Amino acid sequence: MIALLTRDLRLAVRAGGGFGLGLAFFLIVVTLVPFSVGPENALLSEIAPGILWLGALLACLLSLDRIFALDWEDGSLDLLATSPVPMEALVSIKALAHWLTTGLPLIVATPVFALLLSLPQAGYVPLVLSLFLGTPALSVIGTFGAALTVGIKRGGLLLSLLVLPLYVPTLIFGAEMARRGALGLDMKTAMMMQAGISFGVIALLPFASAAVLRVNLR
Amino acid sequence: MASIWQYANPRKFIQTTDRVLPWIAGAALVALIVGLVWGFFFTPEDYRQGSTVKIIYLHVPSALMAINGWIMMLAASLIWIVRRHHVSALAARAAAPVGATMTVIALVTGAIWGQPMWGTWWAWDPRLTSFLILFLFYLGYMALWAAIENDDTAADLTSVLCLVGSVFAVLSRYAVNFWNQGLHQGASLSLDKEENVADVFYFPLLLCIAGFVLLFIALVFLRTQTEIRARRMRALLVRERLG
Repeated sequence: MIALLTRDLRLAVRAGGGFGLGLAFFLIVVTLVPFSVGPENALLSEIAPGILWLGALLACLLSLDRIFALDWEDGSLDLLATSPVPMEALVSIKALAHWLTTGLPLIVATPVFALLLSLPQAGYVPLVLSLFLGTPALSVIGTFGAALTVGIKRGGLLLSLLVLPLYVPTLIFGAEMARRGALGLDMKTAMMMQAGISFGVIALLPFASAAVLRVNLR
Repeated sequence: MASIWQYANPRKFIQTTDRVLPWIAGAALVALIVGLVWGFFFTPEDYRQGSTVKIIYLHVPSALMAINGWIMMLAASLIWIVRRHHVSALAARAAAPVGATMTVIALVTGAIWGQPMWGTWWAWDPRLTSFLILFLFYLGYMALWAAIENDDTAADLTSVLCLVGSVFAVLSRYAVNFWNQGLHQGASLSLDKEENVADVFYFPLLLCIAGFVLLFIALVFLRTQTEIRARRMRALLVRERLG
């Protein structure tokens, strides 16, 4: 399992694209927002938590189809499926690798991007905290979507259509937590709900992902 | 001994539904015509809402069926996963477009009702928002069915999506409650309340609900039959090509 994780990480870093692409996309979204809503700092700082959450979510979405597609094409997914590692562990590792290569860089970069959108001083810690709690859920849910669409050619759009509605609760609680943090309000409820969703999803969804992956490999 | 599972046999299913379909469709037609005509022309106008209150006869039943349609799909998906009856998978597939249409009807009539009452076509109210999300779930479900060529794979994947989607739909419902306070009124019909809507509105509304339920059943039966026949035809064509 560790070997699989290091393999996935190495592939993501070396085999071009995947790793930096999400970050670059995030940066572009953040750059485009002032063009579309105007450069007033007051407005930007008000919508900054929501925009950053949305940007992170879209950047995460962008890299989802890479989770299984390449392994599916060259047949290594079949090999992995026949290995003694249970399928549930396999999809969990895949989700973890996706989070390490997409979610974690996003979290690290977010404070810098928040600067661009003039997020209030008080908002930084809650924002990073909310992303830290929320992005694992995005990766795990995304892995489920990727497992569903792995056999479909050009399934990228379909993947977005399937995954985005599933992202709704995570986005609501995450963005709400960041927004309340930025305004200095009490964010405990949102934080607990967000953590609950993340942990619940991490605990349960790999079973569903493994089930659909087995169907797709049949 | 007759059991519900005998209808898992496609031929038996088609035979039986063929026999009851005209009755269900006829009953749906009668209930809808009587209910709608009664509701539209023979009920008093609400003292605050005027005649706009009459859109309730389309709005409430379609919203009910939008949710119940998904629940029916959930049940059919579970039956497919547990007992692997093809009719059940096809029934889930057949119900999705009907349920999606009901969701659209509920959203559109809601917008038409909301304009004069709230002064806006749309508000990010929890109920409205969760219906929009429900519609997205329907869309994703149908798109997944359409995208996969192998029938059994498609049935398996969509039924898992339906199960997971149900959990997330409920989660979203409560999440949007937390996120925004609403304009929409609370439930006006429920079984455990002493008083519901005033009786003059209540009885035609019940009739309309019955009509929508019957209409939904009739449409799902019809569409399931179509799916079964289409699949049979495909099998015959393949056999012809091989033979």
